[in-house]
Amino acid sequence: MATKTIVGEKVGMTQVWDDDNNVVPVTVLRVTPCRIVQVKSPETDGYSALQVTYGNRDPRKLNKPATGHYERAGVDPGIRLVELRVDDTSGYQVGQEIKVDVLEAGERVDVTAVSKGRGFAGAMKRHNFKGQGASHGNHKSHRAPGSIGQCATPARVFKGVRMAGRMGAERVTVLNLKVVEADVERDLLLVKGAVPGPKGSLVLIRDAVKGGK
Amino acid sequence: MKPTDLVDQSSLRDDVPEFAPGDTLKVHVRVVEGAKERVQVFQGAVIRRQGGGVQETFTVRKLSYGVGVERTFPVHSPTIAKIEVVSRGDVRRAKLYYLRDRIGKAAKIKEKRD
Repeated sequence: MATKTIVGEKVGMTQVWDDDNNVVPVTVLRVTPCRIVQVKSPETDGYSALQVTYGNRDPRKLNKPATGHYERAGVDPGIRLVELRVDDTSGYQVGQEIKVDVLEAGERVDVTAVSKGRGFAGAMKRHNFKGQGASHGNHKSHRAPGSIGQCATPARVFKGVRMAGRMGAERVTVLNLKVVEADVERDLLLVKGAVPGPKGSLVLIRDAVKGGK
Repeated sequence: MKPTDLVDQSSLRDDVPEFAPGDTLKVHVRVVEGAKERVQVFQGAVIRRQGGGVQETFTVRKLSYGVGVERTFPVHSPTIAKIEVVSRGDVRRAKLYYLRDRIGKAAKIKEKRD
């Protein structure tokens, strides 16, 4: 599991030039400093994690349980509470601030986010099926999936056969993205490559768990 | 303004002269050979300028030993040492792809008169 982790917001994609003057496609993530509200440990909660919040929210707009939760931690209320799993919570205390400077350029990170929802999508879009021919007498089944099974034996469609259905809007983790820049002044993190989800969506960033050096 | 513009600000060059399709340019390109770096000049007509901001590119076409050569550069690329405008062209469209089908005098671009 991760040792360093932080939460951010997807801003969009652009490009920068590296030291060798090559174009690097980057995703810009806004990583506002987040405050630890609760430290979860295996003794008390059965697993170790950090509950953090970021941004600011009008305390009058909170309900009683949430107010109490923030008050007990002594932390200003933020936009939302996010839980980040870590290996070891020993270095963290409630009220501590985590900033983008935990990461530095050249490091590898994993980014988790909820992908864009595609609605009810066909088999071609959802499972990369090939579809059927445009000609050769094909009639009204150009994007149809084709056969979904056998005949009288087994006389049913097996479970898990790939078909059309809801696509996207699921939690996706992209592994081993390279950090191009971690800008503490502007609270920005630039990672090479694409990150799931629409602009403005919440992303969880942690240092790479699968090596990838 | 796009939200990522702030990030792009540092990548943008402010020494890019004004030029448009039809203009003849001398593009001074930095070429790295091993440890040495030298400047190579690519001279030709701009046949296209596309994109915006940090992603804007332009294409220069020239004839090299009778063969048409086109090179596309990002406008804000750090590999470009300098862009020199040799002459302004008088053209009626933004994309001069028709030049690819023309040779000799027909491929000439009229110079702009002010």
